[in-house]
Amino acid sequence: MGASTQKASTRKERADGIVAGRRTKAQIADNFSDLHPPLAPHEAAVAADRCYFCHDAPCVTACPTDIDIPLFIRQIQTGSPMGAAQTIFDQNILGGMCARVCPTETLCEEACVRETAESRPVEIGRLQRYATDTAMRANKHPYDRAAPTGKTVAIVGAGPAGLACAHRLAMLGHDVVIHEARPKPGGLNEYGIAAYKTPMNFAAAEVDWLLSIGGITIETGSALGEAISLDGLRTNYDAVFLGMGLGGVNALRAEGADMAEDAVSFIADLRQSADLTVLPIGRDVVVIGGGMTAIDAAVQSKLLGAENVTVAYRRGQEDMGASRFEQDLAASKGVKLMFNVQPDAVKGDGKVEAITLTYTETRDGKLEPTGETATLPADQVFKAIGQTLVAVPDGLTLEGGKIAVTGPGRTALADVWAGGDCAAGGEDLTVTAVAEGRDAAMDIHAKLTGAA
Amino acid sequence: MADLTTDFLGIKSPNPFWLASAPPTDKEYNVRRAFEAGWGGVVWKTLGEAGPPVVNVNGPRYGAIYGADRRLLGLNNIELITDRPLETNLEEIARVKADYPDRAVIVSLMVPCEEASWKAILPRVAETGADGIELNFGCPHGMSERGMGAAVGQVPEYIEMVTRWCKENYDKPVIVKLTPNITDIRYPARAAHAGGADAVSLINTVSSITSVNLDNFSPEPMIDSKGSHGGYCGPAVKPIAMNMVAEIARDPQTAGLPISGIGGVTTWRDAAEFMSLGCGNVQVCTAAMTYGFKVVEEIKAGLSRWMDEKGFTSTSDFVGRAVPNVTDWQYLNLNYVAKARIDQDLCIKCGRCYAACEDTSHQAIAMNPGRVFEVKDDECVACNLCIDVCPVEDCITMERLAPGTVDPRTGKVVEAEYANWTTHPNNPSAQAAE
Ligand SMILES: Cc1cc2nc3c(=O)[nH]c(=O)nc-3n(C[C@H](O)[C@H](O)[C@H](O)COP(=O)(O)OP(=O)(O)OC[C@H]3O[C@@H](n4cnc5c(N)ncnc54)[C@H](O)[C@@H]3O)c2cc1C
Ligand SMILES: Cc1cc2nc3c(=O)[nH]c(=O)nc-3n(C[C@H](O)[C@H](O)[C@H](O)COP(=O)(O)O)c2cc1C
Ligand code: SF4
Repeated sequence: MGASTQKASTRKERADGIVAGRRTKAQIADNFSDLHPPLAPHEAAVAADRCYFCHDAPCVTACPTDIDIPLFIRQIQTGSPMGAAQTIFDQNILGGMCARVCPTETLCEEACVRETAESRPVEIGRLQRYATDTAMRANKHPYDRAAPTGKTVAIVGAGPAGLACAHRLAMLGHDVVIHEARPKPGGLNEYGIAAYKTPMNFAAAEVDWLLSIGGITIETGSALGEAISLDGLRTNYDAVFLGMGLGGVNALRAEGADMAEDAVSFIADLRQSADLTVLPIGRDVVVIGGGMTAIDAAVQSKLLGAENVTVAYRRGQEDMGASRFEQDLAASKGVKLMFNVQPDAVKGDGKVEAITLTYTETRDGKLEPTGETATLPADQVFKAIGQTLVAVPDGLTLEGGKIAVTGPGRTALADVWAGGDCAAGGEDLTVTAVAEGRDAAMDIHAKLTGAA
Repeated sequence: MADLTTDFLGIKSPNPFWLASAPPTDKEYNVRRAFEAGWGGVVWKTLGEAGPPVVNVNGPRYGAIYGADRRLLGLNNIELITDRPLETNLEEIARVKADYPDRAVIVSLMVPCEEASWKAILPRVAETGADGIELNFGCPHGMSERGMGAAVGQVPEYIEMVTRWCKENYDKPVIVKLTPNITDIRYPARAAHAGGADAVSLINTVSSITSVNLDNFSPEPMIDSKGSHGGYCGPAVKPIAMNMVAEIARDPQTAGLPISGIGGVTTWRDAAEFMSLGCGNVQVCTAAMTYGFKVVEEIKAGLSRWMDEKGFTSTSDFVGRAVPNVTDWQYLNLNYVAKARIDQDLCIKCGRCYAACEDTSHQAIAMNPGRVFEVKDDECVACNLCIDVCPVEDCITMERLAPGTVDPRTGKVVEAEYANWTTHPNNPSAQAAE
């Protein structure tokens, strides 16, 4: 992502209200280009050479999918990026997406001993991208399917969890049907991840590449709870995997809350927009929340041309869900981060005009309003205060609002597994969803082939 | 600033850094620029007999070995001696020497192993006013197939014979340049000494194949799908060269024979190391070919700063200082007992020491919970491998066990006295200590 050019703004760019076209095509292209541009072969060789090939490497321990990082880096270093990619895909079939979206600064790269040594870890994410890009460019799927088992598995949701599960099952010889509510597969890879992390339609290309193993059918527009039911799936298939993510959003408790828009939908619209110059955005934007979604909504608002963007988070910086890297990224794009403030009222008549925030402090471990307030001008308010599981089928146990699972995604129903954001436990990350989908597939396979 | 002026065989130069006989010294244009850049002397690219000059290949003549970031670690070449007419070279040498009287100009020679050939060329070299000659008995490729270069350098009798002819027919210093492509470097050095050589210089290049093209299945550099072995030089050959230098420096039969050190000299430190092993000066080729003539600035500044720090005022203060400490294995003190020590504050927990020791050494490092690595004194033999593989400088060090303490590995008390293999009870031919 190039440094967004900040020259004197024009009248059009400063227009009040929620309007389109604050930035030219060229500015948009620049602003939404790759956050971490790909490494050239020589850069990759140099970056790979920094890896110490640690014993029982801490980076591997930190990776939710247990990719053998030192091995794949060594394969890059010896001039075998295809071999490196195979090492990655063996553990994580969405290694290409994970290379782009993983918060490596809190996973493998945080654990890297060179982070300890010199605060400059091996660039594991970019190296992973180098390897996976090389392999995916080769346009040949690296896995063959095992002999058909005659078993069929239904998967709900074509997000990272569902796709990882489907690929592994297909590879092991089972036939898979994915029911996906949306018109396109990919889940949040397609509809949620920030545009500058996955430019050039990578999400769709990766799904096509993944599906080229064969044996996986995706039925889009097919939602569980609508056209299909869990009971129906259980009757028609040998096993069911639920990977439907979190479809709902938490309600904002503040006066005028109905005027606040949902950040996730805003991002989905942004991701699906073919031309970002026609996507409207406010002049003064306030985002409520402190996680990755809040940061992504704020940064992308700024990149679309909003003049003032503020993230209002109710706790202190140290509690923020978004990593330090994400926070710094936001700050570098000109987003203002406000801590210890919660929304009191969204003001306006029909359309948003301002937002009143109340300062908070923690007393006896409880967050309390202090009574002081601040009012910010706003013409657009986004809420990014968490997603929720919706339409849970009967028969499943819940835990903390998510589907309770044990071990590799086993639910209360013997023939139903769950993984990804919809299942309890684990962080809500793409890579975690992949790991859970993969592990559930192995367990389903064991069950279907009588090994478990 | 320490004085870098050197006197080698009576040849004075403003610093001990000469360019070795090779492309950097191939012609007047280069040598003038080298002198302007600050080099103390040059050994002119090897001259052959009068008549039609040799021809080089018209395809690639170099191959390389790289470290990280394409740092050139080793260079391989199949270049021959000068491919320019003798007359041209001699005229240029005379002109350059006249213009740079304070710099050393040595002429490298390689002619057939017949006295007449040497008698023919030596007076012509003398006429140039050059400060001395270097006999190229080292080139391992091409010329050796024609009975010259390494073909002579590998036969001590020829070395002695040719050296003697030169001493008889030329009255300035004669340096004999040795090939490393031989089992014991002391024999050619002794032969040169016996023939009356004023000095030896070493090493010339090491016979090598740097890489194989895995598509054409041919060695690189590849000429029309074929390759031939070349001569290896650059940083990779420095350890080989230094050992050979030290062998000659401490050989009683060649004691006092001046040495010009060559092979991988790239930095001031390399130069200081060669000189401490007994070299009166050093010659440089690959470093100049990699970085250009300007590298000499770092070599000069670095050596001079180091000399100041050490309180040395002249290079003779440290030339040969390390020679008495080069000994045979049998004389190493077996009562010197050390243990590895890991500095937990510096440790970054990569575990390389553990993998190396556990898989390939003495299983003397424990990996404790939390990736805390600790040396097991009862297993550690102080082999140094952990230090060698540790990416953090000074994180692991060797600590000598004080005499009187018990070595937990052997259960024996560490003795204060020096005792070596020659007196060790396990040695069948041990002599009782006096
Ligand atoms: C804005 C945003 C940014 C993010 N950025 C990052 C990031 O940078 N890095 C990172 O690692 N993680 C990020 N995440 C989190 C990450 O996207 C999720 O953890 C991950 O996508 C979870 O995968 P999943 O397969 O469980 O669910 P999802 O990706 O949500 O996929 C679920 C799929 O199921 C479908 N579905 C839902 N209900 C039904 C139904 N009833 N019937 C049929 N299909 C249904 C959905 O349409 C969807 O396609 C971000 C999340 C958001 C919201
Ligand atoms: C391309 C090339 C040509 C060489 N030609 C000669 C030569 O003509 N005569 C000679 O004595 N040595 C020749 N050498 C050997 C060098 O003088 C020197 O001994 C050797 O390269 C080791 O030093 P270095 O490691 O500093 O390069 C040549 C070396 C190279 C790389
Ligand atoms: S922790 Fe860092 S240095 Fe060690 S293996 Fe992993 S990437 Fe390499």
